[in-house]
Amino acid sequence: MYWDSKIETMEREELERLQYRLLKTLVYRLYSFSAFYHRRMEEAKVHPDDVKTLSDVTKLPFMFKRDLRDNYPDKLFMATQEDLVRYHVSSGTTGKPTVVGYTANDLEEWTVSLARALTSCGLGTKDVIQVSYGYGLFTGGLGLHYGAERIGATVIPTSVGGTERQIELMQDLGATAICCTPSYLLHMGEAAEKMGVSIKKDTKLKVGILGAEPWTAEMRTRIQDWLGIKAYDIYGTSELSGPLFTECTEQNGIHIWGDFAYTEIVDPKTGEHVGDGEKGELTMTILKKEALPIVRYRIGDITGMEHEVCACGRTHPRITRITGRVDDMLIIRGINVFPSQIEHTLMGIPEVGQHFQIVVDRKHELDALLVRVEVKPEAFSDKITDLMKIKEMVAHRLGAALTVNVDVELAEPGSLPRFEGKAKRVIDRRKM
Amino acid sequence: MEHERYFIKQISVFSENRPGRLAAIAKAMEEDGINIFAFSIAEADGFGVVRALVNHPDKAYRKLTGLGFVVSFTDVIGVKMRDEPGGLYEVARILGEAGINIEYSYAYSGKEAAVLILRVDNIRSAIEKILAHGGSLMEAAAFR
Ligand SMILES: [Zn+2]
Repeated sequence: MYWDSKIETMEREELERLQYRLLKTLVYRLYSFSAFYHRRMEEAKVHPDDVKTLSDVTKLPFMFKRDLRDNYPDKLFMATQEDLVRYHVSSGTTGKPTVVGYTANDLEEWTVSLARALTSCGLGTKDVIQVSYGYGLFTGGLGLHYGAERIGATVIPTSVGGTERQIELMQDLGATAICCTPSYLLHMGEAAEKMGVSIKKDTKLKVGILGAEPWTAEMRTRIQDWLGIKAYDIYGTSELSGPLFTECTEQNGIHIWGDFAYTEIVDPKTGEHVGDGEKGELTMTILKKEALPIVRYRIGDITGMEHEVCACGRTHPRITRITGRVDDMLIIRGINVFPSQIEHTLMGIPEVGQHFQIVVDRKHELDALLVRVEVKPEAFSDKITDLMKIKEMVAHRLGAALTVNVDVELAEPGSLPRFEGKAKRVIDRRKM
Repeated sequence: MEHERYFIKQISVFSENRPGRLAAIAKAMEEDGINIFAFSIAEADGFGVVRALVNHPDKAYRKLTGLGFVVSFTDVIGVKMRDEPGGLYEVARILGEAGINIEYSYAYSGKEAAVLILRVDNIRSAIEKILAHGGSLMEAAAFR
């Protein structure tokens, strides 16, 4: 099922021609009407006429989160207040929040993007969709609300909180899909069991549209098996408009509508494109945005891109699950290393726990990466050789995953620091 | 043959190589009135395994796991060494010829003689071979 089969299954060449036309229009508009971007283009010595092909996008300067913060609240807007119909505000973890303004067309594009996405998850008029993302300044609630209404589903706008009531409504109104964070859904599952309700057996829920926080493939398996639903990853950030893109029923990457966004994956250090399938920083140009221009915006999320036509028939490229943030990236002997890669690798090694600590140091002018892991009590042996084997195996697995040499230190269980909220797992002695 | 009477229950404790870990183990034992008969530390790169023979292994296990240590039990044997040169070689030869591997060993001076504690890959067979060659083994009861 497609929402717009003509666009969604458009030949790749045709899609790229469309992208080029949209990009060209956008660049002229920015050059003419955005003081900020005009200046940026001047500084980069690029004129709209220099954009002659789609790949000329690389001539354009990047935008960063700090550009939005520095221009708080609305200095980047290309629409006047009369044209704006809504604001959303995201609270920054550091400093000022980011304000996003929307024209009526911006809201329309956002809604259409989600209508396509929700349809690609198999949802439609027969569905009752519980929107358990926060409604308000956060984009999750309202975004999915309008997307779900657009496809003709029935919306239960529960927003967040009041878990018991949410479960009652899920049962009484026969919700078939829920939109929320994966951790909230797990919390709901547990709360339901305490109430004597099995989401798998006692509700009609069959689909979860989950995102707004990082989650893993392992978490997906657990949610699907336990709750008896299909769990789909959703992606978007407030700067881009909000949640915009989801996986299709193939569950093999998130389709990024090409007529909506032009996606690049760049090396966070050099800004150069990485190869198809390789990990890098997600960089997007929103092709039709009116109020707040987003051009080659370095989102900071780490992912890879896949251009193969999907088994679902959609030709639009897909990004893989977000595996980390650029801010957490370490550069070890010139190679980009993400703590999330370490976490992911450790999850597949039963002999050690998931807690870890990274110590980066410089020895003999070379960067040295040490990963401290906790030995699981079940894996403990009184023989040093057995423990050395575990240590070497972990070092080998991490080395293969990160493509840098890793030293491993075995630590006592419970000895590594635990974190609530954002983990500070890296000790970088090179800076001291 | 009743092999079990020669099975000595050793406690093995995982420890990081950082100051105070050994002292913490010793202090915990003392607090609970547990006697340590024999003690050895095997060190590797960044960590170590503390092995000890104590009079109340189960009590020691509970105490140390309660403190967050990783502890396991291992059955070892104690060979009484004859007070003459070549005693150690003799034991190694007997086991080697029988195809039994010594995983590790450590010595301590018992009341009557020096005792060699052995962790082997086939404890039953090791007991049989040593006794058959006229060696003498510590009984587990001696450690209570
Ligand atoms: Zn697909």
